[in-house]
Amino acid sequence: MRGAFFQALLEAAEADPRVHLIVGDLGFGVVEPFASRFPDRFLNVGVAEQNMTGVAAGMALSDKIVFTYSIANFPTLRCLEQIRNDVCYHRANVKVVAVGGGFAYGSLGASHHATEDLAIMRALPGMTVVVPGDPVETRLLTHAVAEHAGPCYLRLGRAGEPAVHTGLAEARIGRAIIVRPGRDLALISTGGMLETVVRVAEKLGAAGAQARVLSMHTLKPLDVDAVLAAAVETRAVLTVEEHSVIGGLGSAVAEVLAERPDVKVPFRRLGLSSAFASQAGSQAFLRDGAGLSETGILASVHRLLEAAGSRA
Amino acid sequence: MSRYEVLARNIRRHVLRMTNRSKAAHVGSSLSVADVLAVLYGGILRVDPARPEWPERDRFILSKGHGCAGLYAALAERGFFPVAVLETFYQDGSPLVGHITHGGVPGVEVSTGSLGHGLSIACGMALVGKRDRRSYRVFAVLSDGECDEGSIWEAALFAPHHGLDNLVVIVDYNKIQSLGTVKEVLDLEPLAAKWGAFGWTAVEIDGHDLAEIEIVLSRVPLEPGRPTCVVAHTVKGKGVDFMEDRLLWHYRSPSDEDLGRALAGLGDNE
Repeated sequence: MRGAFFQALLEAAEADPRVHLIVGDLGFGVVEPFASRFPDRFLNVGVAEQNMTGVAAGMALSDKIVFTYSIANFPTLRCLEQIRNDVCYHRANVKVVAVGGGFAYGSLGASHHATEDLAIMRALPGMTVVVPGDPVETRLLTHAVAEHAGPCYLRLGRAGEPAVHTGLAEARIGRAIIVRPGRDLALISTGGMLETVVRVAEKLGAAGAQARVLSMHTLKPLDVDAVLAAAVETRAVLTVEEHSVIGGLGSAVAEVLAERPDVKVPFRRLGLSSAFASQAGSQAFLRDGAGLSETGILASVHRLLEAAGSRA
Repeated sequence: MSRYEVLARNIRRHVLRMTNRSKAAHVGSSLSVADVLAVLYGGILRVDPARPEWPERDRFILSKGHGCAGLYAALAERGFFPVAVLETFYQDGSPLVGHITHGGVPGVEVSTGSLGHGLSIACGMALVGKRDRRSYRVFAVLSDGECDEGSIWEAALFAPHHGLDNLVVIVDYNKIQSLGTVKEVLDLEPLAAKWGAFGWTAVEIDGHDLAEIEIVLSRVPLEPGRPTCVVAHTVKGKGVDFMEDRLLWHYRSPSDEDLGRALAGLGDNE
């Protein structure tokens, strides 16, 4: 996703001279093309995320479109109040970009696990929260974010994920993508879980259960219609996210379903418990420990379908 | 009386009435910065009340957002909005919020209130000004207590590194912060030397000497290629004898009796 983001950002900057990039002294080996192509629109502020965000707000209030870039929690939590007050309250055209969502920087430790960022960004007034599912979505949504007027949070995975989509021509902020049709159950995925979720759906399909897969690449504003359609048209809904179950995709979907008593669908959130992962571990290892591997997701699906069956 | 004296006195009179009427705090913080605001809005800032969004206007950021009564008063006196609007300060439904707030208030560039935010925003505006070869300058007023915030020093490193000589910081150094004197709570001395060591051209002035304020601010940048820091030595509550240099007036709002005494001490009408 990281490569797709920088490619799209270069394209956006070519198309619009207002586009700027500010980094907090991170991005070795990836920021150089932008920095050399647009030296007057690139800025490394050093290891100073509060200042990075405030400077970005000041530039945005001077008619620029400013992407701030760092990894994990540094561009979000370290400077949260600057995002809230300086960016969101002023509706400044700042796009906060984090690489390393979830456990992407697994073995680097809990400091580098971005596992509450979506909840926190989603709570901020005026903030649009975008979490692409693969490099194809990343490219399309980076353009959408650049063109969107106002604050955005763009949460990316790591480098080198495979493309899930083939031939996807459009991704619109606030509109979920139906990656796979199905009416037996719905798997709603956000961010880099998409690849695994699609594989789970394929396994289920081979076993005779057709799972609808939604890539919910925008958490805010949430595609309420897509959630309700999944709840009404399928027999069970499972959300899957590499994020705490508090405040992220699962919570957002639960909020929609809980306020619709006419919609009765078995529902479960699959994500991280509210705990720190304190062991060293690759992204795959840490996901597996949280039940976010293919096997883990399948187990959750079976438990959910059993509950749905017993209820029926 | 010079126009600066008149303006400063009017700002103080408004501040006293506003905080009395609203029972709002921070009267001392607005009084300490009143003379700096009078010189800025009375002469230094290139702003046009008829065109508050004029692209080449100088930008002013009150990073010590709790001194908002003073700035609202300065803006009203300068003609950005009717003086009568000041009567709504801090009241239900008013645009004049208790920390400086931009929404619906012509002339307010940015909202602050949490300390340590304004200087970075000012840096962003100044950077665009330099890179786009714009003529505007950016002025930011900080409180002394605000200089406890680490983010101030992130921005203090940034501005000289990028040669932002279109940026001017004024520290309203009234020596009193929320729970005590600056010296007791977290000593800033040597304050001007700290800014100088960070790469700013730093000078110290009497922040109540209108002529001295004007002389310094009309000469910025004091050195080409470097941002300017003016450490303005001030007195909390300046202009009202029973408020001067007293922590209490960071919090207390003047009673009707206090108001009468204070206005009488300031001298007559605007």
